[in-house]
Amino acid sequence: MNLPMLDIDRLSVSYGKVEAVREVSLRMQPGTIVTVIGANGAGKTTLLNAIMGVLPAPGAARFEGRDVSGDEVEARVGAGLCLVPEKRELFTTMSVEDNLRLGAYRLGSGAISEGLETVFARFPRLKERRAQLAGTLSGGERQMLAMGRALMGKPRLLMLDEPSLGLAPRIVKDIFHIIMELRASGVSILLVEQNARAALQVADYAYVMEIGSITMEGRAEDLAADPRVIESYLGLGGHT
Amino acid sequence: MGLFSSNRAVWLGLILAFAAIPLIPGIPDFWITLWDYIGLYSLVAIGLVLLTGVGGMTSFGQAAFCGFGAYTTAVLTSQFGFSPWLTLPFSLATTGLAAFLLGLVTVRLSGHFLPLGTIAWGISIYYLFGNIEVLGRYDGISGLPPFTFFGHSLIDARAIFYLIWLCVLLAVILSLNLLDSRMGRAVRALRGGSQAAESFGVNIPRVKLVVFVYAALLAGLSGWLYAHMQRAVSPSPFGINAGIEYLLMAVLGGSGYVLGGVLGATIVIVLKDHLQNILPKLIGADGNFETIVFGILMVAVLQLSRNGLWPLVQRLLPKPAEKTVDESAPALALRTMPERGALLLEVAKARKQFGGLVAVNDVSFAVKAGEIVGLIGPNGAGKSTTFNLLTGVLAATSGSIRYRGEDIAGLKAEAIAARGIARTFQHVKLVGSMSLLENVAIGAHLRSGAGVLGSMLRLDRTDEARLLREAARQLTRVGLGAHLHKPAASLALGQQRIAEIARALCLDPALLLLDEPAAGLRFAEKQQLAELLSQLRSEGMSVLLVEHDMDFVMKLTNHLVVLDFGEKIAEGSPAEISVNPVVLEAYLGGVE
Amino acid sequence: MNATIALYLAQDGIINGAIYALLGVTLVLVFAVTRVIFVPQGEFVAWGALTLAALDAGSVPGTAWLLVVMGIAATVLDTLRQSKTITLHAIGGMVVKDIALPVLLLLAVQAIAPGKPALWISVLLTLALIIPMGPLVYRLAFQPLADATVLTLFIAAIGVHFALIGLGLVFFGAEGFRTTPFIAETFRVGVLAIKGQSLAVLGVTAMLLAGLYLFFERTMLGKALRATAVNRLGARLVGIPVRSTGRIAFALAAAIGALSGMLIGSLTTIYYDSGFLIGLKGFVAAIAAGLASYPLTVMAALGVGLLEAFSAFFASAFKEVIVFSIIIPLLIWRSLKAPHSDEEEE
Repeated sequence: MNLPMLDIDRLSVSYGKVEAVREVSLRMQPGTIVTVIGANGAGKTTLLNAIMGVLPAPGAARFEGRDVSGDEVEARVGAGLCLVPEKRELFTTMSVEDNLRLGAYRLGSGAISEGLETVFARFPRLKERRAQLAGTLSGGERQMLAMGRALMGKPRLLMLDEPSLGLAPRIVKDIFHIIMELRASGVSILLVEQNARAALQVADYAYVMEIGSITMEGRAEDLAADPRVIESYLGLGGHT
Repeated sequence: MGLFSSNRAVWLGLILAFAAIPLIPGIPDFWITLWDYIGLYSLVAIGLVLLTGVGGMTSFGQAAFCGFGAYTTAVLTSQFGFSPWLTLPFSLATTGLAAFLLGLVTVRLSGHFLPLGTIAWGISIYYLFGNIEVLGRYDGISGLPPFTFFGHSLIDARAIFYLIWLCVLLAVILSLNLLDSRMGRAVRALRGGSQAAESFGVNIPRVKLVVFVYAALLAGLSGWLYAHMQRAVSPSPFGINAGIEYLLMAVLGGSGYVLGGVLGATIVIVLKDHLQNILPKLIGADGNFETIVFGILMVAVLQLSRNGLWPLVQRLLPKPAEKTVDESAPALALRTMPERGALLLEVAKARKQFGGLVAVNDVSFAVKAGEIVGLIGPNGAGKSTTFNLLTGVLAATSGSIRYRGEDIAGLKAEAIAARGIARTFQHVKLVGSMSLLENVAIGAHLRSGAGVLGSMLRLDRTDEARLLREAARQLTRVGLGAHLHKPAASLALGQQRIAEIARALCLDPALLLLDEPAAGLRFAEKQQLAELLSQLRSEGMSVLLVEHDMDFVMKLTNHLVVLDFGEKIAEGSPAEISVNPVVLEAYLGGVE
Repeated sequence: MNATIALYLAQDGIINGAIYALLGVTLVLVFAVTRVIFVPQGEFVAWGALTLAALDAGSVPGTAWLLVVMGIAATVLDTLRQSKTITLHAIGGMVVKDIALPVLLLLAVQAIAPGKPALWISVLLTLALIIPMGPLVYRLAFQPLADATVLTLFIAAIGVHFALIGLGLVFFGAEGFRTTPFIAETFRVGVLAIKGQSLAVLGVTAMLLAGLYLFFERTMLGKALRATAVNRLGARLVGIPVRSTGRIAFALAAAIGALSGMLIGSLTTIYYDSGFLIGLKGFVAAIAAGLASYPLTVMAALGVGLLEAFSAFFASAFKEVIVFSIIIPLLIWRSLKAPHSDEEEE
């Protein structure tokens, strides 16, 4: 095994006295898609926010061998980590193009035109709408813009929080295809999804999270075949 | 808060020791005067603690209310020859009326607009005082008579000391009594986000106005005392800078604690006195240089100890006793429940549009009495919006929502609560610092009529005992009987969710609306919750729940309504739904 | 009242309105980027005017000393706050930037001031002294509270106002001053006498507003500031250092405050505490525009200026009462328009 891309060791997050994430450990290899699945409120979003540094979290976080646990969000972005959050967090009153340009803020103006070209090639819809305000986009386009903005920063690890949230099934398929393409282009992806079936189909490795803790982990195809996973996350309860 | 119900001896001792201070031989007059001022400022600060610290409304304008109290008595005594004692009702009435009128406007301001509003009228009123002829313009009114007591005039600092501190003592007792009551819980709930209190029938604007006027009255009382202690009034002590100083006292002392107000006033006045002696000498010029220290102090307290200094003092004092629940208190009256199987809730073509986005698209379904109905669908399907339409948080764009035959679409949350619909929240809304028992008792707000005055004078105790007994009973029923007195924030998230159900049950509802009750619960807790809900159903309760946990929903509900992209895509029994191909596609649609 | 008086009042109102517009726009900007309702903005107005007046008079303004004091305080506090993680290199950087530079500036002012420097030199010196105070105030007071609610930040802002007003009294005394006008001539247009300084006010205001517009629309830094204002989390996630955007916003606030002060310093006597009311009138405009829209703020500011000028004529004693009472219906209107929020939650 080579050096893990991301190595999270006993990470915890508390809101007041409530522990939302309890001593979670997680590793991922470069060039892979790793998914964390689990029910609403299991702490998946909290986990991603903690890895990104948005929430204070005791525990170790190493990215490409470097300890980033004391770093601010900005420093983690600089190191090559990038989060596409559940709520997208776009600059809604600014144009699509400005949103993308700001995605390359830390890289400076040199990286912008090249980055724009790459992103527009991947998301032609965004090119059509480049002058439109981000707030006027549809749900699917917003997700594309959020991913496009993230890619402008040339991340080495992309963390996607519920990329399929609120999207029509056809668009969900598009998004997942893009996720697979991104892996092929060398970006590692940490994927959090409600849609466990789709997530397990694209992922190499998977973790199951329940009430703040990792309860299962394994190769994605193994988990997809595990009866416990099937009952809890892939079926409609015990009645199927 | 039952500070005075327990440890009476300790407190009595402290009060008597304090009362003896002026009698100690050799204590300089000047010290006593300082204490007199501390008392005056404490009155205002206590009001501000209730308004800002407890009620969440930050006011920089309290000094203006002192002005109303002071000017009223100044005019009446100097120009109409009233005795100072007789003007108290007039001073309070003027202040109360001014506060009522300003309050009608102010309490409706949201967020940071409210403190900005208080600054604006604080400044306006100062200039008003300074420009009105009858108030003596910027010179004010001087030569006011002192208080007299059986022929003794209270000019002496030692004499008026007792009058001022008697007022402070009364203000503390009345304030603590108020907080420890049905209305007090409503006030304390304002800060935890008023949405929860609203949905249990608390009339938020009214509660805010009550606190606002009460705080102003304490300021008016202080102004009345001040006028006859100083024997002169002028606009400057009632300006915006004084208002800022009062807020500093509340913040410094600990704005959530009644006695924190007294502590804050003490620190600020003593500090001010010292600084006014030292700083001008140090700087070599005259002026109010103490504002530098006060300003820095304000920022430092916010940065270092947002709860102020009172919590530090509190540790040294005896712990207030836990509330007692009187098991023998008579139970509260119950609502007549609808007949099992009767049509309870009927949603017909409910629609909600946000601009061009249709979040809920002509959804129809019904809930019958004694049923548990589940509202399910993938994330973003419109479940929460539908839920908000039912609970009066959002108004439907079109369509009707009938409850026991009456159209409730467009009714406010309070009115919906009054009809017997109780709810829980997806994101728990409990007041973290308040005990579980008191949080849950808010649920029974509408089942008692105890008012503000009655609570202050402790005439509400029978009612209060009944409410607390009901709260304890419901908490025990949901399995939290062991945690009655713990602050809500100290419980696990799952337990807090269950506590919300107990609070909802306190309303004595006919229909229970639950927003993701099982989220964040452990397996055993989910089973307990399912048992509880089954039990309630067998007692005739009807439940509508939004839930993600399929296993939970499938085993518990009688009927399921499935939403996707704002539309109802299916409805039926759990068994039917679990094999419905449309539902399967919506939920399980994969990549290929 | 005849047409001449009306024109005169209108001129007065528009000039004051222009200043309120500048301040209002800055308040909107600072609020959007940092969520701070920056009441102490007014102190920078007073300090700008008083610093210029001191340099005019050939004396060393107190702000030169104050900047050194603030720099030392910021260096010490930042070092203490990050005592575990801070590097010697970073401390060295602060010593150079926050202490050595202000000391050099103080020495320069001490050398230049007695010779009664030319107006443009005094203006530049004033800006050099006041602008760094913006970011310093942000670091000292607000940065440690970055996660606090708007309300807490607001109370802190009031605290800062209190502290700065006291410092103003220490450094400038209770006496009021007027500054030399930028343009001393008076022009006659028909019956109306127009002060050259009025034209300077309008010209500088128009240039600053245009400059701000270009900054926000055309530069990456301006866009980063807007992005921080629109979505703070989004900005952090693309690597925009939101702390430095906060400092930039405060530097702009100090710069515009100081300029406004220097502009009106020749039109009215400025005391150490004059800034508060001037700043608050900028606020009335900013609030009328919901603390959000720049063009609306400018329009509202002109309205405030006119209202003030005309009420000064009709009911001079109640001028302030009228101007500050008008805010109440505006606040209600804004509260009703604001979407229901849980902002009051802790």
